[in-house]
Amino acid sequence: MKEQNDNYFYIPQIKRRNQKAALFKGATIMAIVFSVSFLIFFLVDLGRSGYPAFFQTYVKMEVTINEETVENPYAAVKGKNLKIASRAWLRDLPSEVKQNPTWMNTTREHWVLANSEVDQYVKGKESRTKQNDRDYVDELKEKGFVELKFNTIFLTTGDSKIPENSGIYSSIIGTVMTIIVTMLIAFPIGVMTAIYLEEFAPDNRWTQIIEVNINNLAAIPSILFGLLGLAIFINFFGVPRSSPLVGGMTLALMCLPVIIVSSKASLKSVPASIRQAGFGLGLTKWQIVRDHVLPLAMPGIMTGSIISIAHALGETAPLIIVGMIAFVPDAATSFTDAATVLPAQIFTWAGMPEKAYLERTAAGIIVLLAVLLSMNAGAVYLRKKFERKW
Amino acid sequence: MTMENGFIHTTFNDRDETPEIAESIKIEVKNLDLFYGDKQALNSINMDIYTKKITALIGPSGCGKSTFLRCINRMNDLVPNCRVEGFIGIDGHDVYDKDIDVVAVRKRVGMVFQQPNPFPKSIYENIAYAPLMHDIVKKGKECDELVERSLKGANLWEEVKDKLRDPGTALSGGQQQRLCIARAIAVEPDVILMDEPTSALDPISTEKIENLMLDLKKNYTIVIVTHNMQQAARIADYTAFFHMGNLIEYSDAKTLFVNPKEKKTEDYITGRFG
Repeated sequence: MKEQNDNYFYIPQIKRRNQKAALFKGATIMAIVFSVSFLIFFLVDLGRSGYPAFFQTYVKMEVTINEETVENPYAAVKGKNLKIASRAWLRDLPSEVKQNPTWMNTTREHWVLANSEVDQYVKGKESRTKQNDRDYVDELKEKGFVELKFNTIFLTTGDSKIPENSGIYSSIIGTVMTIIVTMLIAFPIGVMTAIYLEEFAPDNRWTQIIEVNINNLAAIPSILFGLLGLAIFINFFGVPRSSPLVGGMTLALMCLPVIIVSSKASLKSVPASIRQAGFGLGLTKWQIVRDHVLPLAMPGIMTGSIISIAHALGETAPLIIVGMIAFVPDAATSFTDAATVLPAQIFTWAGMPEKAYLERTAAGIIVLLAVLLSMNAGAVYLRKKFERKW
Repeated sequence: MTMENGFIHTTFNDRDETPEIAESIKIEVKNLDLFYGDKQALNSINMDIYTKKITALIGPSGCGKSTFLRCINRMNDLVPNCRVEGFIGIDGHDVYDKDIDVVAVRKRVGMVFQQPNPFPKSIYENIAYAPLMHDIVKKGKECDELVERSLKGANLWEEVKDKLRDPGTALSGGQQQRLCIARAIAVEPDVILMDEPTSALDPISTEKIENLMLDLKKNYTIVIVTHNMQQAARIADYTAFFHMGNLIEYSDAKTLFVNPKEKKTEDYITGRFG
């Protein structure tokens, strides 16, 4: 006690105060550790379950190709081999032969795609493969006739009812087309609206009502936008259902409020002195906005728009309503073709009974994340390009 | 000048020219009232501002001097609920005429603000932008010449001639303010309004701007709002004292500072309130 009283810098509660500070700091660190570990867990689990989908089992087996087996491809492989070969691969055999006429009337060994159950067995997962087929596969494996090859099918085909033949390509195309439509509609309309409300509109009751409603729209459940799209675009205007056009327009409706609100905020953050300078020189409002205010607000506008469009990229609910969840094996070639999108494809696969779809679900999410990250990277690049030092 | 009145250090610039008896009037203000909503901010201002002279507006904060200045180029139009009554004429032409576009008024009447506010663009673009928009010059040689002429007019040319493509915001505060003046004169106005142009600047930059103003008055009519009475005394030909929205006293600068007629003016310039 005496020691403390002698201390010139003694404050009675200092220990308790420091303890409290340390406690609070500890709590904040716990929070970040918690969220980071969730993220890591998610990514690791996703990688573990999605990674195998990028490789597919092929088995070297004898394939007989002649007039008869082209007519009936299931006769091309014999006995036990028929049990492990993919029916999709056999079904495609005639068209393969057409492209490689030298194959005709030969009986030689080909790397044949294995069916998904065998594939799962080879990957060491739960499989419905029968015991004698398993023994046969093990036998082939010892001879080096079983191989995991990079799964080009997954990245180059659309959905299929045969798991080993299903891919993500058509839904990537659908997503890209849908997002293009969304951007082309939502970005200009949203930015124009924000410019009008922030720069031109008088501050009266009408504009206030409009602003309050826009803010509320940003918080509306997305499925309602799907219903709106169904009612207006499909039923009233007759836009083809399931098409990237209708999906894109529906998502544009959803993106608009967020784009407007964030664009307004970034226009507002441009200092008034810039506008004053322009007015002082006798410039018109449009000249000031176009050449002085917008360039400064652009990075903020881009950020908001990118976030909202990236959000739309992962949106499923409104697209289910406008029919983009349908089984679409072929990639859309125009904006009015039926298409599906990545999240809808993932949703469809997640509900499939075959185990092989499970890894495809995870792989689909990986692809979705990759598309999202590359879009964001492009956006960051664009933003840097627009950014001005001042 | 005595010790008591508090600005003993101020010397009037040696203007040997005796003020002409009949100065020509550039801006004529008659019965100007201004309201912000219900609140009246200017009460019946009458004032003649003379051609190619510097007129300083002084007064305590909130007295209406900046508001008055902004009436001359109709910057108050931008303020919601602001209403102006009365007459302001430049060379006899009513600024508030219904048939006159406000943009055209501001082309005739340039403005420089308290905070230097160059556009976030290059020095060249800062100056060239408005003249190009007003079709005063065409792109190319003509425009280059105007930029050079304006920068020389603002005593900035020597400092920036090698870095016209650098951003205007990279300059120092005083240089930025001279850039803003160069930008204003590039539009070829008749009148330049300055709203406390040096209050954000250091003394050396302030001196440069003051010297510049004395140069500029050869070609332009200058109206300046200032909080700094020494500055008004140094550069102004005429000075107006505003208080509570009223124009209390207006005369040539020397008379106002040495022999103020009104008690309020005297109290203000001697520092008894403000």
